[in-house]
Amino acid sequence: MTQTDNAVELSRRLPQGIAADDLVDFYGRMVLVRTMDERIWMMNRQGKVPIAASGQGHEAAQLGSLLAAEKDGNCFLFPYYRDLSIKMSVGLTPTQVMLSFMGKAGDPYSNARQFPLQGADLEHNIIQLSNVVAAGLTQSVGYALGCKLLGDEKITLVYFGDGAASQGETHEAMNFAGVHKLPVVFICENNGYAISVPQRLQMAISDVASRAEGYGFPGIVVDGTDFLHSYEATREAIAHARREGPVLLEMKVERLMPHTTDDDDRRYRPPEELEAARLRDPLAILGAYLLEQGFLSQEQAEELKSQARRAVNEATDAAEAAFPPDAAELSKRVYAP
Amino acid sequence: MPVKSVIEAVREAMQEEMRRDERVFVIGEDIGNRGGVFLATQGFIEEFGASRVIDTPLAEASIMGIALGASFRGLRPIPEVEFADFLWPAVNQLIGEAARVCYGTDGRLNAPVTIRIPYGGGIRGGLYHSQNVEAYFFHTPGLKVVAPATPYDAKGLLKAAIRDNNPVVFLEHKKTYRLVRGEVPEEDYVLPIGKAEVKRVGRDITLVSYGLMLHYCLEAAEQLAAEGMAQVEVVDLRTLKPLDTETALESVKKTGKLLIVHEDNITGGVGAEIAALAADAAFDYLDAPITRLCGPDVPTMPFAQTLEDAYMPNTRKITEALRTLAAY
Repeated sequence: MTQTDNAVELSRRLPQGIAADDLVDFYGRMVLVRTMDERIWMMNRQGKVPIAASGQGHEAAQLGSLLAAEKDGNCFLFPYYRDLSIKMSVGLTPTQVMLSFMGKAGDPYSNARQFPLQGADLEHNIIQLSNVVAAGLTQSVGYALGCKLLGDEKITLVYFGDGAASQGETHEAMNFAGVHKLPVVFICENNGYAISVPQRLQMAISDVASRAEGYGFPGIVVDGTDFLHSYEATREAIAHARREGPVLLEMKVERLMPHTTDDDDRRYRPPEELEAARLRDPLAILGAYLLEQGFLSQEQAEELKSQARRAVNEATDAAEAAFPPDAAELSKRVYAP
Repeated sequence: MPVKSVIEAVREAMQEEMRRDERVFVIGEDIGNRGGVFLATQGFIEEFGASRVIDTPLAEASIMGIALGASFRGLRPIPEVEFADFLWPAVNQLIGEAARVCYGTDGRLNAPVTIRIPYGGGIRGGLYHSQNVEAYFFHTPGLKVVAPATPYDAKGLLKAAIRDNNPVVFLEHKKTYRLVRGEVPEEDYVLPIGKAEVKRVGRDITLVSYGLMLHYCLEAAEQLAAEGMAQVEVVDLRTLKPLDTETALESVKKTGKLLIVHEDNITGGVGAEIAALAADAAFDYLDAPITRLCGPDVPTMPFAQTLEDAYMPNTRKITEALRTLAAY
C-alpha cells in the first residue's frame, strides 16, 4: 500500500465530519500560531511587546474545538485571554495579530486600547471583553439567552481556565444555563495552574467536569492535547447543546510557558514537571500523528514551518513599521452614539 | 392629564417600551409572578410571557452579566436589582464590564442595558435597605446615571434610558414610589438624558438637588419665600451623568449663592463635583461660600428612628441652611 492509499484508508476512520484536508489545514494553523506565539515572546524580551499570555500547550484544545465550531457554521465564541489559537485562526492576518501585540493602530479588537486581542472581533463572531476571569461566562450565557429569545439556532462556546472555575460567576452562569437549558458549550482549558496556584489548592476534586452534575447537564473530561479528541468532543457537545442544552467540557492541557511574559514559573514549578508536560506538546503530537499516518510528508511539514516563519517575519516587519494610535483617540468612543 | 405615582410611571414606561420594541425584556428576582418587590412589573408576565419576563435565581452578578450578554446579541434588557443595597455582587459586571464595553472595543460593541435600582432611605430600611449608591456610578465613565424625582420625569427618562445605546443606571428613590404623585401624559414622550430642569424660578439662591430631596428642597424654598427672606431657584439635576453643568451654573451666575442637597454621603458625592465646577466656572459670580447639605459620612442611615432622622436631610434642615445663606 502506498502512503496515499494508507491516508485514504485512515481518512475513513477519522471522526465524523472531517477529512484529511481539515487535519492538514489545522496543523498548518497550529504551526503558524506556535511560530507567532514564540515570536511574540521574543519581541517581549526585546521590549517591543509589553505583555503576552502564551497559548503553548493549549493549541489542540482550542483548534479542535474551533474546527467543530467551523464545521457547525453557526457558533459564537467567548474565548479567554490564553486563546491565541482561536482568535488568530478564525481569520486574522498575522500582521493584524502582531499590530495588536505591539499596541499599534489597526489592532482588530480594540484599536490598541486593551491588552492584545481583547475586546471584540464581531466579524469573526468573537467577544472577549475583559481580564476579570469568569466575567465572560455570565455574558456568554446572556448571549445564548438572547439567541434563544430571538429564535436563533446559534450555539455559544465559552472558554475559561481552571482558575476561572473558582469564581462565583462560573457557578451562577452554569446554574442559569442549566435552569433554562441554554445552547452553551462551556470549555474549561484546565492546565492545572491559576498563575502559580496548583489545582490541589484550587479545588478538592480532580475534574472540574464533575461539577456539571450539580447544574443538571453533562460534564466530560477530554484530552485537550489531542486535536482529534478535542474536535470530536466539541462536535458532540455542540449537537447536544442545540438539542438539549448546556455541556461542560474539561480539556486537560499543559501550560508549556509561564503564565505571562511577566511571570517566572521557576519560582513555583518543578523542572521535572515541566519536562513531563513537554511530552504532551499538542503540536508535536499532531505533527507526529500526521507524519506517521501519511497525511503529511516530512517535506510538507518543513514547508509549513517555513511558510509560517515567512508570514510571521512579514507581519513583524509590517507591525514594527506601523504607527500607534493617535493620542487624540484617548477621549473618543467612551459612549456609543 | 391623569395623575400617577412614580411606581406607576415606571411600570408604564417599561410596559409601553416592551409593546413598542420586541427586543426589550425584563430580568430579575421576583419580577414574574410576584410582579416585583415594589410591583414595578405587575401584570407583565401575563402580558409578555415568561420568555420576556425572566425570574432569576437569587444571584445579582449573573442578573447583570446575563443582561449584558443579551445586549451583545442585540436585545435591550432591563435588569432589576431589588434594592440598591443588593447591587454590590453585580458591580463588576456594571463598572468593570458594562461601562467599558464601548471604549474597550473602540466602538465595535455597545451595551444598551438599563439597570433599574430602587435606592435611598427614610423608610426605616436600616443599613441594607436604604443605601445611596449614585456616587460610585457618577464616578464611572461609560455609564449614564439617571435619578428622577417626579412621575413625569421618571417615565420620560426611563423610556429614554431603554432607547439609549449605552448602559444606564436608573435610580428610583423608594420613598417617592407611592408618596410622590403628578401629572403624566397619556401619549408617548421621551425626556432627554443629560438635561437638568429648573423646577422653581428664583433670583437669590440656587438650590441644586435630585431624587427625594428635590421635594424637600421645593418645600424649603416655599418656606423662605413665605418668610420673605429669599426667592430660591431650585434646579433638579434629573440626570447625574452626563451632568448638565450649564443649567446649574447659569443659575449660580444669576443668584451668586449655591446650596447643594443630597441624601448620599457628603464626601466624594455628586455635590462635591458640583461645588468644584461652580468654584471653577462661576467663581467671579459667587457672593457666599458654596454650601453642601448632605448625608453624613456614616455607612448609611441606621434603623432606629432617632438615628435615621439624624441622618436624613429634610425640609427643616434645608430651610435652616437656606436662611444662613440668605443672611450671608
